[in-house]
Amino acid sequence: MSELHLSRNTIHFAEPLPLQSGAILAGYDLVIETYGRLNPGKSNAVLVCHALNASHHVAGPNPDDPQDIGWWDNMIGPGKPIDTDHFFVIGVNNLGSCFGSTGPMSTNPATGKPYGADFPVITVEDWVNTQARLADKLGIRKFAAVMGGSLGGMQAMAWAIQFPKRIDHCIVIASTPKLSAQNIAFNEVARNAILSDPDFHGGNYYVHNVIPKSGLKLARMVGHITYLSDDDMAEKFGRELQRPDGESNDYRFSFDVEFEVESYLRHQGEKFSKYFDANTYLLITRALDYFDPARRYEGSLQRALAEVQAKFLVVSFTTDWRFPPNRSREIVQALLGNKSEVSYAEIDAPHGHDAFLLDDPRYHHLIRAYFDQMHEARR
Amino acid sequence: MIRNDFQAIAKWIAPNSQVLDLGCGDGSFLKYLQEQKPVHAYGVEIDDSRVLSCVHKGLNVIQQNLEGGLALFENDSFDTVVLSQTLQTIHQTEKILREVVRVGKESIISFPNFGHWSHRLAVGLGRMPVSKSLPYQWYNTPNVRVLTVADFEKLASNLGLKVIDQCILHEGREVTLLPNLFGSLALFRISRA
Repeated sequence: MSELHLSRNTIHFAEPLPLQSGAILAGYDLVIETYGRLNPGKSNAVLVCHALNASHHVAGPNPDDPQDIGWWDNMIGPGKPIDTDHFFVIGVNNLGSCFGSTGPMSTNPATGKPYGADFPVITVEDWVNTQARLADKLGIRKFAAVMGGSLGGMQAMAWAIQFPKRIDHCIVIASTPKLSAQNIAFNEVARNAILSDPDFHGGNYYVHNVIPKSGLKLARMVGHITYLSDDDMAEKFGRELQRPDGESNDYRFSFDVEFEVESYLRHQGEKFSKYFDANTYLLITRALDYFDPARRYEGSLQRALAEVQAKFLVVSFTTDWRFPPNRSREIVQALLGNKSEVSYAEIDAPHGHDAFLLDDPRYHHLIRAYFDQMHEARR
Repeated sequence: MIRNDFQAIAKWIAPNSQVLDLGCGDGSFLKYLQEQKPVHAYGVEIDDSRVLSCVHKGLNVIQQNLEGGLALFENDSFDTVVLSQTLQTIHQTEKILREVVRVGKESIISFPNFGHWSHRLAVGLGRMPVSKSLPYQWYNTPNVRVLTVADFEKLASNLGLKVIDQCILHEGREVTLLPNLFGSLALFRISRA
């Protein structure tokens, strides 16, 4: 088996970027990682769009930190479902994120200080525009596939709508055509945790040399609950108490950590608050809230998807209560109404929303079959 | 494997038409159909491994339980809806038949004929039949309904369905003499009246 061929680049775009909000961003950088090799016809490129807290680092060990393995390493690589011996995979860090692409932590050329609160609000459509410019720079006229899970699936869908001629296959996993009121409510709680942290300083905390750590931690704890299924949590933690060996299993009647699930959530929140930027969390959750391609078509998703030419694969997971199968079926129904090419798989996996990152055999066999078929059809 | 009913069903489907195959299995029929004539088709299937086979074949397949109805599909959105050897596995028989004729301008239903003489003989001798068209034991069959050609005709009439055409087969050959006795596989082409 051949090795994963990984390369990382920061690509500068000097041309100003008009955003959906009306703001214009003068120049920006995008960090990308690529895996495998672009073929001479530049027809084997697969763009992988990331979800909320991920980055360009999709597969293999991070060149800067070998312990940090890419978030979709189980999916992408030589001999894996998306076989990098056949496909050239691109992972791109979204604009506004905190892993090297221009974002709130970057220096605002107008002031010489970090953007902070002045970084404009970004939408899924804006990201897709930056990714299309990236494709132009790489000389890729048409992607073999654009794919993603959750927020990444929204980007893939937006690709098929905004650039119908530039994408052969659109793969939308554990995603939704728009957030529900409940989804937005969870995001609002998360944002409020950050906004009300005394160290937030209206988003300009960088100049105070602090970070709104407790807000970020809380935000992550709320989010994390929604990524797991009830059954999964019950199986992992149940009502187990957090006790050192030999200590009594009686209640302590305090508000310190009592149950194991509390300890787990605090740990996840703590870890997250150390590597993720609070302003980015605000921006990305807002991009999730705003995504609604049907909005411009009086709520008709079918009309929003009318021009798509890509062949779709839509995948949902039965225990995903953040974006449950019904939300994926809305996408499928709209595509069917348009007589578009679409396949839909509903994977009976126990892991909730996070299943799209995990190694479920039915799910991985499906993606493998889809990409194998794509590869065969192109030969 | 090319099943006996594939050819007969394909004959009733027009080139360049919109086709929905309910309970499409591993996609063999849709693959066969697409080799015979250009059509635009989707399959619907619940079983994971069969959905996978369809994806392998490059077919459009929607994973869904037919018992839940066909809410994903609009009225009259297909020229032909195929329900091939699937009706007998469905609990909500009337509901699926109503849904099939709602979604399709025409529908093709095929099912094993319980009225075949060999089945009657087996039951007459006190055993549930096991044959080429009913190849399961009573305790492991996926079939939850057994019906005959005459039963289907009666139900179609009760539901106000129009039988446009029918073809009763045995071992791939059409049976015209006493089809409910000598046919093992029934095909009906129906629509709303």
